[in-house]
Amino acid sequence: MSTVALHETAHHEAHGEAHHEHHHQETFITKYIFSQDHKMIAKQFLITGIIWAFIGGLFSVIFRLQLADPNATYPFLEDFLGHWAKGGKLQPEFYYALVTMHGTILVFFVLTAGLSGTFANFLIPLQIGARDMASPLLNMLSYWFFFLASVIMMSSLFVQTGPASGGWTIYPPLSALGEASSGSKIGMDLWLVSMAMFIVSSLLGGLNYITTILNMRTKGMSMTRMPLTIWALFFTAVLGVLSFPVLLSGAILLLFDRNLGTSFYLSDIVVAGKIMPNEGGSAILFQHLFWFLGHPEVYIILLPAMGMSSEILSVNSRKPIFGYMAMVGSLFAITILAFLVWAHHMFVTGLNPFLGSVFVLLTLLIAVPSAIKVFNWLTTLWKGNIRFTPAMMFAIGFVSLFISGGLTGIFLGNSALDIHLHDTYFVIAHFHIVMGVASFFGMYAGVYHWFPKMFGRHLNNTLSYVHFWITIVGAYLIFWPMHYEGLAGMPRRYYDFSNWESFKNFGGLNQFISIIALLVFAAQLLFVINFFYSIFKGRKLTTLNPWNANTLEWTTPIRPGHGNWPGDIPEVHRWPYDYAKDGKDFIPQDVPVGDDESKH
Amino acid sequence: MKELLFVAIIVMVFIVIFQIAKASEYVSVLKGEEKTRKQNNKINGFLFIAFLIVGLFGAWYCNHLYYGKTLFPQGSASVEGEKIDLMLYITIAVTGVVFVITQVLLFWFAFKYQESDNKKAYYFPHDNKLELLWTTVPAIFLTILVVFGLKYWFKMTGDAPKDAVLVEITGHQFAWDMRYPGKDGKLGKKNYKLYNNPSGNTLGVDFEDPESWDDLHTTEMHLPLGKPVKLVINAMDVIHDVGLSHFRMKMDAVPGIPTTLWFTPKYTTEEMKKRTGNPNFVYEISCDQMCGKGHFSMRGVIVVESEADYNKWLASQKPEYYTLFPDKDPSKKEAVATDTTTASKPMAQLTTNP
Repeated sequence: MSTVALHETAHHEAHGEAHHEHHHQETFITKYIFSQDHKMIAKQFLITGIIWAFIGGLFSVIFRLQLADPNATYPFLEDFLGHWAKGGKLQPEFYYALVTMHGTILVFFVLTAGLSGTFANFLIPLQIGARDMASPLLNMLSYWFFFLASVIMMSSLFVQTGPASGGWTIYPPLSALGEASSGSKIGMDLWLVSMAMFIVSSLLGGLNYITTILNMRTKGMSMTRMPLTIWALFFTAVLGVLSFPVLLSGAILLLFDRNLGTSFYLSDIVVAGKIMPNEGGSAILFQHLFWFLGHPEVYIILLPAMGMSSEILSVNSRKPIFGYMAMVGSLFAITILAFLVWAHHMFVTGLNPFLGSVFVLLTLLIAVPSAIKVFNWLTTLWKGNIRFTPAMMFAIGFVSLFISGGLTGIFLGNSALDIHLHDTYFVIAHFHIVMGVASFFGMYAGVYHWFPKMFGRHLNNTLSYVHFWITIVGAYLIFWPMHYEGLAGMPRRYYDFSNWESFKNFGGLNQFISIIALLVFAAQLLFVINFFYSIFKGRKLTTLNPWNANTLEWTTPIRPGHGNWPGDIPEVHRWPYDYAKDGKDFIPQDVPVGDDESKH
Repeated sequence: MKELLFVAIIVMVFIVIFQIAKASEYVSVLKGEEKTRKQNNKINGFLFIAFLIVGLFGAWYCNHLYYGKTLFPQGSASVEGEKIDLMLYITIAVTGVVFVITQVLLFWFAFKYQESDNKKAYYFPHDNKLELLWTTVPAIFLTILVVFGLKYWFKMTGDAPKDAVLVEITGHQFAWDMRYPGKDGKLGKKNYKLYNNPSGNTLGVDFEDPESWDDLHTTEMHLPLGKPVKLVINAMDVIHDVGLSHFRMKMDAVPGIPTTLWFTPKYTTEEMKKRTGNPNFVYEISCDQMCGKGHFSMRGVIVVESEADYNKWLASQKPEYYTLFPDKDPSKKEAVATDTTTASKPMAQLTTNP
């Protein structure tokens, strides 16, 4: 009952707004800053995400300078970084801080908040036919907690002892003891507090997304008529809501160990010549808590990219997505399995081998729903009439990268092989391709596809194509050869390999990778320029539905106001994938089913 | 100055690309947007197929360049590691086939089914038989991989043979320490609270325990050829990881929770120098778990030698007990008795924490 009432009020309010569109009472602050409009909040997440991506990407370029040639000096670095780059050479402490912050920023601030925050906020109400989120206020708070988390994380870059530097996985005791590493001093406390704020943001957002999808779908929008983007965002939110609290508790216990003298994770430690009083804790406990979020987190990052790519592949192949129910089913299977595989990150921690074998089985099981998705995407392309919009290019790139990175997961998930490959460059190659670059491709696909809806203008096509080609070629050139470094046993997170007889053979390759990384980073700036320039100066949209898509967001005005539809919310009569049906190019979801129409 | 010039060049490049892109937009408006779109479609369709061909060639070329530099051509240096190599080859074969098929289909479809005016997309929403096919086939292949993988996994993580050589390895920021049990075959007890750096008891060995008296403390690991070796792994401060890439072995070193691994060395260091053609070859222990600012320099060395050489080396090492308590050393008793300044530190002072 209450949902119906809410729906009605939202409806009337929006109706009122539509009539006074040119002179209604929104100040600059309520419209652009403390906005409760889901579309504005989405843009806030996106732009904050872009800023973070720039910083995180820049960090990787700086630490790649060190890997390119460990003996080179870059005097200009000292101008910027002071004692962290004494004599123009990165100090090991700062190298590790950069590596840690690169991971933290990209995993959490860009590919979680920037991706889910943007597209869940933007697409859920528009594609299910709702005026706004279930709770616009919580939605606004979700952004501002994220902003607060960002400010705290940013401030940790400027403290004297440096930001957290124990890796983004912050394993104690290294992260628990200031004596063990300068990054484990105040920088680590700031990291933990920032993450706590971040988790609050993610929970507020996630609860809102789930509630909205379950309660606020327009008339006729049954669950099985939802676009796959919404299904993916729904499962993403479920994953986040169930797993982030575990990391929160893990982080709080770590704060206690650091500051209140508890021993949750600490026992039998002598650090820097000091015998620590802590007894009875377990360093491995933290890893269980961390990866209980950490593994679902991988899918929190990946599922939205899968959903958006599915939608974009179907629209631009002018064909229905192949096997809609199998696509939903495989998303569901991945969601369930995501909770049952965390210990595959811990095969070499001394885990009970029997327990390890259970995790091997469950981990490799994920390959089955993943295979279903890949073959369904391929079949979607088959006999299509494909238009290579920039979004489509990135969606195809996503599938290619998902295959490449997914297959190496079969190596790492098999514990016997993981013994050799664990914590080597093979792992870096694997997760950067499948979760980093692939998700980025999904995100780019989403931005290119929905930019016209967000800003009422087009992006520049030429720049978009250049961006795509440099990025996909560059991504493969950077990460493909890293598999070989991993097979040679080269460990991750090494500042300098030159003193190692076994690992120093790859100097030339490391230099090559660094140069390509620099170029790819520069190419991303093309996207940034294109994005901000087109917001103000891009070609104006002249039609409501530039991609001839079926979903509801394209039935709103070119620049929809708060409330999305000026009149009634359209009623839905069909699933969103009626492309090429009965000789018609496309049939939007709000078109009633004709008497003579064939059933699918 | 040089940097300024560099920045200026980069900015120029960006401006040029941007202007070209903007101009191309005006051109497309003049030419007709529909026409430009179709032209772009053709170009990108062609680029996709070109990317596939160049990409597959690139993958081959990368293998050609770097396979020789991986550890696989020289073979596993441990008997157990051979299973891992076999597992790797099986997995490469299975995933390689899938990789080539799916990538070829993806880019071929993109090229073949690009938009054309005289063609319509085919309405094909689902096909249960096809979907069942690509659910079951991957499931069968994965079952095979899991069965092989787990068979080897249980073998490698199972108990070490009874006659295995016992070596304890302890990680601390940023080096490795070994302990050998001596003639009694048993390591003396340890307690981290007995750590005392000034006295030299850096591992916290309990010298009240007679089993510790013949234990050796070394910084290099020597192993006999062809005998199973069991490593007991400890850490003093943070988590480290004993990475033995030549032997295909790896295990974390966790403070407070001892771990173990075992393997059988197959080649001596000298043999490996010949096998790899590298006169400087050494077996290295790398720390594979991020442990602080010196993580990258936490290097240990293993020497694998014939059993005779190994025994000779063992005999040449002095038990740590005698180094720390020279007055207990039977061979030095007379010499020490005359030197009263350094000798006979009370035991309590050495073994309790300050």
